Amino acid sequence: MTQILHLNNVCKTYFLGEEKVSAVRNANIRINKGDFIAIMGPSGSGKSTLMNLVGVLDIPTEGEIFLEQHNIAKLSESDLAQIRGRKIGFIFQQFNLIRTLTAKENVMLPMMFQNIPSEEREKRALMLLEQIGLKDRSNHRPGELSGGQQQRVAIARALANNPDMILADEPTGNLDSKTGHEIILLLKNLNKKGKTIIMVTHDINVAKEAKKIIHIVDGEIK
Amino acid sequence: MILDYFKLGFKNIRTRRLRSWLTMLGIFIGIAAVVALISLGQGLQMAVTQQFQQLGKDKIFIQPGAVTMGAPGTSSGVSTLTDHDVKIIEGIRGVERVGGAIFKIGQVEYRGEIKYGYITGFSFETQDLIDEAQSYKIVSGRNLKKDDKYKVVIGYGLASGDIFQKSIKIGDKIQIGKNGQEFVVVGTLDKIGNPYDDGAVIIPLESAQEALNTTDYDMITIQVKEGEDVNKVAEEIKTRLRKDRGEKEGEEDFRVQTSEQLAETFNSIFAIVQAVFIGIAAISLVVGGVGIMNTMYTAVLERTREIGIMKAVGARNSDILTLFLIESGTLGLIGGVIGIILGVLLGMGASFFAGQALGTNLLKAYFPAYLIVGALLFSFAVGCASGVLPAIQASKLKPVDALRYE
Ligand SMILES: Nc1ncnc2c1ncn2[C@@H]1O[C@H](COP(=O)(O)OP(=O)(O)OP(=O)(O)O)[C@@H](O)[C@H]1O
Ligand SMILES: [Mg+2]
Repeated sequence: MTQILHLNNVCKTYFLGEEKVSAVRNANIRINKGDFIAIMGPSGSGKSTLMNLVGVLDIPTEGEIFLEQHNIAKLSESDLAQIRGRKIGFIFQQFNLIRTLTAKENVMLPMMFQNIPSEEREKRALMLLEQIGLKDRSNHRPGELSGGQQQRVAIARALANNPDMILADEPTGNLDSKTGHEIILLLKNLNKKGKTIIMVTHDINVAKEAKKIIHIVDGEIK
Repeated sequence: MILDYFKLGFKNIRTRRLRSWLTMLGIFIGIAAVVALISLGQGLQMAVTQQFQQLGKDKIFIQPGAVTMGAPGTSSGVSTLTDHDVKIIEGIRGVERVGGAIFKIGQVEYRGEIKYGYITGFSFETQDLIDEAQSYKIVSGRNLKKDDKYKVVIGYGLASGDIFQKSIKIGDKIQIGKNGQEFVVVGTLDKIGNPYDDGAVIIPLESAQEALNTTDYDMITIQVKEGEDVNKVAEEIKTRLRKDRGEKEGEEDFRVQTSEQLAETFNSIFAIVQAVFIGIAAISLVVGGVGIMNTMYTAVLERTREIGIMKAVGARNSDILTLFLIESGTLGLIGGVIGIILGVLLGMGASFFAGQALGTNLLKAYFPAYLIVGALLFSFAVGCASGVLPAIQASKLKPVDALRYE
């Protein structure tokens, strides 16, 4: 199996004046291509912090992160942005769509930062919206969509640049269980097609859908 | 790519419509003022330059009065130009012809109605020079002839009945001056479009001296012989008149100017006036720029989360920087477009008003391409410059922090 991500003794510490908050301590994780991992743990245990590190949105205070063969500490800000854009798709609990843009434009956005020509972007955005069953909503703004629909648009956006890895931080957190289940089915489907998925959740029933569960307590992986 | 950024920026500007309008207000007032002032200035300068060109480079003008205010006690009191001076100048080498002239605002009476006209008395020798310079054209009757006495050519306004209740025809008699000296109208001028020329009362020099009861000239006009150095002749005239009057150099009580010097004087005064006006307009642009900066800082705060999202989906710092710069530049650009439209209307309105109310056609707004293009580029640049600091702040936000914001 091809390893795509390796966390080696990674720590993330926040300094709030005198106080030190160890959000993630000595995390050692290896993730292979095609994995579907659920991360569980109580509130404040460091799940989101860990996800941000994995998604190179944040850099560790200690330890190393290897994404494929790159040591991310050695990469420049703009290289990291490129990696996020091309290799990683994010799904957030709050959906995080851009309010002023339509569903289609939101899906097109990641492609814009990869200099993909606009006709191609549009074609692919419509194709992705069709796959998640929202083609007829492509010109709606997020405010005109339900939570479940917004999250599906967010999934389409995460798939825009056909990344290897999808990171979902409580993707069902703001949805009722039925809608949440639909989202999980979408993710499972993507995993079947070969995408590596890492998902944070509080819900054990949701976590059970993953192939592997990682528990984290007080920043430590159990 | 850049086009997409423009689209995004424009979208954001449109979303916050009222704020965007208010922000652009400063820019478009400034640009409108700059465009209007420069267009009018250009038009005025072109018109005046044209007049100087018609005048030709071989003319010298002498007027009474010192160039600068002398120190107290040094001024020689009454300064006059008389026939004596004309005689001296006639004898100078290089002078083709000389003539005195009188310009006075004076009483003009027609059928018991008294008005004021711009009375001009010319010696016949130099009359054609003035006709040329003022582009006078006789529309009916004839021009003054040598040895005419008590004959007058009048401007369009006087003849048409704009000034007097009744129109004046060739052969009619009018009284000029306080003593009511009678003159016969022999010709009328074509419409020029300003009150001075249309109210012109042109009479022979000697008749003018009589009617206005003066022997002094308000100006002496000289044409220099072809091939002679105009400046040298002017210097020589100055020296000779000074000697005649027993004045020291630099303390002359008369002014000698060549037509080129006149044009230069005009241009330099004009440049200063123009610079002052544009300076004032520039202040408005600076204020407008600060307005844009303020709006952009607010936008960065409001859109912090959005910035985080864009970074999460692959936007580099430079992308965010460009995005915000273009947005503020677009604010400036739209402000500029509106400002240019307003400025053009303002300039044309001012020319129209000048033509109607002031009766001058000198103030014609002129809009060269460089003015329009320059104003557009400049307004975009002001927008961009005002957005630099907010855009840098936006681009430096850390993705995690930006995503957590709110
Ligand atoms: N930017 C920050 N500055 C200071 N402390 C932080 C920051 N981000 C997170 N923390 C702290 O790190 C710890 C882990 O936070 P994190 O958001 O990773 O928890 P979580 O497991 O995602 O919780 P939840 O399930 O509530 O989302 C918390 O104690 C939190 O207060
Ligand atoms: Mg969390």
